[in-house]
Amino acid sequence: MADLGIIALLAALVLSAYGAVAAVVGHRRGIAGLRLSSQRAVWATAALVTLAVAALVYAFATRDFSIRYVAERSSRSMSLPLTIAAFYSGQAGSLLYWAWTLALFTAVVIWRGRHRLPNLVPYVTATLLGIQAFLLFILGFVTTPFEQLPFTPADGLGLNPLLNDGGMLLHPPLLLAGYASWSIPFAFAMAALLTGRLDGEWVRATRRYALIAWMILGLGNLVGAWWAYHVLGWGGYWGWDPVENASFLPWLTGTAYLHSVMIQERRGMLKIWNLALIILTFNLAIFGTFIVRSGVISSVHAFSQSAVGPYYLGFLAFTLLSALGLLTYRLPRLRAENQIDSFLSREAFFLLNNVVFLGIAFATLWGSIYPLISEVVSGVKVTVGPPYYNQVNGPLFVVLIALMGIAPLTPWRRASRARLVASFAGPATLALVVAVGGVVAGLQKPPALVGVAVCAFVVGTIVMEFARGVRTRWRAGCDLLGATVGLVRANPRRYGGYLIHLGVVLIALAVVGSRFYQTERDVTLAPGEELRIGPYQVTFLGLSEEVVPGQRIVVAPLAVREGGRYLGEVSAEKAYHRNYENQPSTRVGLLSGPRDDLYVVLTGWDETGRAGFVVFVNPLVMWLWIGGALLLAGALVAVAPAAWEQHVPAARRVAGVVRSVG
Amino acid sequence: MIGTLTPRRAATGVAWLGVAALLIVLVAGLVRQSRPPVASIRTDRIAPGFALTTFDGQPLSLASLAGRPVVVNFWASWCVPCREEAPALERVWQESRDRGVVFVGIDIQDTEPAARAFLREFRPSYPNAPDPRGEVAIDYGVVGIPETFFINREGRIIRKYVGPLSETSLRAFVQEIAR
Repeated sequence: MADLGIIALLAALVLSAYGAVAAVVGHRRGIAGLRLSSQRAVWATAALVTLAVAALVYAFATRDFSIRYVAERSSRSMSLPLTIAAFYSGQAGSLLYWAWTLALFTAVVIWRGRHRLPNLVPYVTATLLGIQAFLLFILGFVTTPFEQLPFTPADGLGLNPLLNDGGMLLHPPLLLAGYASWSIPFAFAMAALLTGRLDGEWVRATRRYALIAWMILGLGNLVGAWWAYHVLGWGGYWGWDPVENASFLPWLTGTAYLHSVMIQERRGMLKIWNLALIILTFNLAIFGTFIVRSGVISSVHAFSQSAVGPYYLGFLAFTLLSALGLLTYRLPRLRAENQIDSFLSREAFFLLNNVVFLGIAFATLWGSIYPLISEVVSGVKVTVGPPYYNQVNGPLFVVLIALMGIAPLTPWRRASRARLVASFAGPATLALVVAVGGVVAGLQKPPALVGVAVCAFVVGTIVMEFARGVRTRWRAGCDLLGATVGLVRANPRRYGGYLIHLGVVLIALAVVGSRFYQTERDVTLAPGEELRIGPYQVTFLGLSEEVVPGQRIVVAPLAVREGGRYLGEVSAEKAYHRNYENQPSTRVGLLSGPRDDLYVVLTGWDETGRAGFVVFVNPLVMWLWIGGALLLAGALVAVAPAAWEQHVPAARRVAGVVRSVG
Repeated sequence: MIGTLTPRRAATGVAWLGVAALLIVLVAGLVRQSRPPVASIRTDRIAPGFALTTFDGQPLSLASLAGRPVVVNFWASWCVPCREEAPALERVWQESRDRGVVFVGIDIQDTEPAARAFLREFRPSYPNAPDPRGEVAIDYGVVGIPETFFINREGRIIRKYVGPLSETSLRAFVQEIAR
């Protein structure tokens, strides 16, 4: 198996390097055979990398501990899904997974574009296969998952306890695929720069790919937050850790791109800006991998330092400098077709949104690399933490959310003041009412009040937009459901966008609630003793111990009541994993509800049976996950083809409209 | 040809400079990675007084420690190097407490729950107090954390250390003020 894997990787390396060269030479010299051959190299690379992945997964599934990587990350007692997931739990395997998703995405993109975009595809192929070749080089020569041990251990070490969790099945694959998928828009941008075909073609070709990449990366981040929330046991879901920031950065610039690209499509402006954003997003994805893997910045994501750091930095420097060089070279041809007519226009607000996004991204990048900067400048590593990020980014996020309400309702080119007042009177009133209601209800913290009011404003604008569209169709004779579906289908990108905005509002509300109104108690309870926290009465029922293969689990069940009503039992646990006895993992006892979460962490116990707990009441956290689901739903709607894009004969479409009207 | 400085050229220049600076910082980070941070600054000034309440609810003021050597360590729960040095601080405090040396931990730019979690994790036995308004940190001129001040029996700061302390350097600096 190990030999098969390494041979597949090396063959894929040779083929991808060949394909990259063949694509460009074939296109330049007009050799059709060579172009076709480069496309076949794409399929072959995808097949070979898939084979390497299959070989590694097979080695994990059959517990082939003669392979070092398998022996160090799995053991016989692990369940099959987790054993297979262990394949991307370490450096070499996660890079292989990166390469694999990239290979599959590349194959899909080249397949779909091979006839439609004959001029861009050769350069897209070359760029993607170039990136692929780099990854395969690392996998073949620097850190390979197929290294064999001189002997075969009877059992493996098992997975690090923190990774021994269901979140492992979702968070890493989504995040890594999210990173890899930004290669696609980047490759199109490079193709546009290399060919000089700088009109809207590359933008249209990548619209859906960028949206999908954005969705995967966003989901990866959200699942990471969910995972941190229920296993790390510090009561939170986001800690502005450098590695979290590294995965947040490309998402921020990617989101900025998704917005600014609309201006290019509509008005032929911001061409340089969009290219720069894509270059930035891809390079931030590489930067993220570099930060995680090189160990230059210490982080809770305690990955061991390794030899790949310098290679990654070299690659980052190469892609960044060559992309920037190309962009500079093409500057004379990147002229905007229009100017911004007025500061009261959708373009202007979108531009402001972009500036804020980049502001947040810059502040986050600055904070993450501050230890390095301070070390270079003053010789001392100094870190900055959540207070910095909250102070700098918090207000920027409020501005961003407000813009989310304002921009979509502002007309292109120029808006009259009267029209703006008419559009925003309703939502602004709603925001004011909510703010006053908040004060009456006892919300006293100004940032929380501002946050809630701004969220209400945005919800008001979105509801208004939907209501307006639905009413028009409803008057035309559709029933309410039909009118809503028809509205969304007519312009899925727009209404999918609104759904995403609604999801973001829910996430924002959850952040406000849990950040400003979290309650925490640190207690020691004897069996049968009760704790009152927030609206809850929590009774400790006594400790017990469970032994499952590979783990010993200390279980502390607690009965939860609210005002005398029995709500159920939560169980706070500590699990001790074989080979990792000094790193017990926490399983949070969680009772989740729309108003708040009761979150119980078992911290210790003594021989008398008393146990220590940290108990949190975290308001509104559930809405974070609901908002995330809405984000996903909205993104899926937005990538769906619009009704008019589907290949329906024109006559039938007209007939359909007539029928729905009559 | 040197053209006029258009906004576009300026923006391009800034982009190149930014990228170059980022790469230089990353290369430097990679190169310096293995080198331990050494940064102690000798100073000589009267230690600013403070009066705080510890996490356990006890009053804690510098005035009450007059005549004793004091180590003041500024930390926060989110600070990774603070986690690195926490065990060393506790160990050296245990060794030197019999000689009258006092350790004081001051928690800045933090939330109380997070700080308490940090204390639960490392269980320092010397007093720790939050500085919620950051007044003490400002008086001491703290620029980043961890930062540690060594105050001698006369109440003068004779050394300030920026960055995580190793056990060896900490022991040597405590020796200096305990004389």
